[in-house]
Amino acid sequence: MPTDVTTDNVEKVIFDGLVELGVERDELSRDAGLEDLDVDSLDLVELAQIVEDEFGVELRGDDVKDVKTVGEVIDLVVSKAG
Amino acid sequence: MSRRVVITGVGAVTPLGVGARPLIERWTAGECGIADGFGRCLEFDPLDHLSKKEARRVDRFTQMAIVAAREAIDQAFGADAGAPYEPHRVGCVIGTGIGGLPSLEENHRKLIEQGQKAVSPLAVPLMMGNAAAAAVAMRHDLHGHCYGVVSACAAGAHALGDASRIIRAGDADAVVTGGAEAAISGVAVAAFAAMEATSPSGVSRPFDARRDGFVMGEGAGVLVLEEKQAAEARGAVVLGELLGYGATCDGYHLTAPQPEGTEAARAISLAIADAGLSAVDVDYVNAHGTSTPLNDRSETTALKLALGERAADVPVSSTKSAIGHLLGAAGAVEAVATLEALRARTAPPTVGWEEAEEGLDLDYVPGAAKPLEDGEGPLVGISNSFGFGGHNAVLCLAA
Repeated sequence: MPTDVTTDNVEKVIFDGLVELGVERDELSRDAGLEDLDVDSLDLVELAQIVEDEFGVELRGDDVKDVKTVGEVIDLVVSKAG
Repeated sequence: MSRRVVITGVGAVTPLGVGARPLIERWTAGECGIADGFGRCLEFDPLDHLSKKEARRVDRFTQMAIVAAREAIDQAFGADAGAPYEPHRVGCVIGTGIGGLPSLEENHRKLIEQGQKAVSPLAVPLMMGNAAAAAVAMRHDLHGHCYGVVSACAAGAHALGDASRIIRAGDADAVVTGGAEAAISGVAVAAFAAMEATSPSGVSRPFDARRDGFVMGEGAGVLVLEEKQAAEARGAVVLGELLGYGATCDGYHLTAPQPEGTEAARAISLAIADAGLSAVDVDYVNAHGTSTPLNDRSETTALKLALGERAADVPVSSTKSAIGHLLGAAGAVEAVATLEALRARTAPPTVGWEEAEEGLDLDYVPGAAKPLEDGEGPLVGISNSFGFGGHNAVLCLAA
């Protein structure tokens, strides 16, 4: 049963996911730039898998290619959930 | 004028510890890194050497290759210095038996239990046998010939042989080369046991009458090879030379060696001839010495065939007595150990050898290490690797 999509829920899952991928938790914020966090395209594909597993929301490579900050990833997931 | 190949850096991760020093020092002291029937690298923690992100993007065999390569490259080129050659003139050739087996098993489990969508996007780069070569090349900006080598227990030796040929052909000034394996995992452990290749007693005792199979080990060995004149021109500290390489195939059986040892003997002879030497010049033999009933007998036969009278006197010892069988990494780790043994002018022992078998009557260096004697000049060693499938690769080294 997928988790409800709320900004808070998504933020938690994204933050936890990024820490799992190797980002330091104290560097995380909505404004943090993905490039500054050393988050690359492979990380985003893994994050998309975590998001889909948790929320049932599908993110493809094309969806995330222009995303620049953690906040934009969160907002993208929320908007895709409709 | 033909090009010669020297060794300017070595690195290792083995069941005797992290580094080439612990490997040779502890082996020479007669220590054994096998516990509970496996040669695990208990002192190796990837997070001591890699960030969390780096560590999760590579399987364990690649983690070990990265660490061994860094040690070898730091020694050859200086820590944090780039290679002293154009990047496209430095290759990276690293062998393995099975590559990222633990990653394959984990993703297969996810596939079965949760379906396709649970398989990691990283699964392919984690599993692929060329991952070690690719990772080392990425980290050290190496742009020359770069690939993985696959030939079971001979892969590490084949990688070094290939690397030497690439340099001799003029296609590289240097090649970072070696082998890596971390296959102590579900299917491999079960499969080796099913074919009765591994020791049920969990003891590695090469050439001993009581031997009953090999002990699985894991680890990595990496060497930096350079063209001799280029290395000397840049003032490199030369550790030794890769003088010769011989390779043949039994074409006989999927797993058993040809008992007469004909092609194995030929690989030994080819390596010595490639070095421009004769059997009488060999000061030390680092055996394949797996502790299987079949190999240790056929290898003894092959050594007698290839070395003639010299076989009776030359010290022959097996690194596998101290670390187990590192499979695709063995040929490279044992080349590192052979080089260090020659440099120390000491033959390390075949650890645990006690009981002779009829016909296995060479000097297996039982009990304790002994000095290698040949005046004061360079010492010559050969290192044998005879893989499942009949792949014979022999390296001739000098220091």
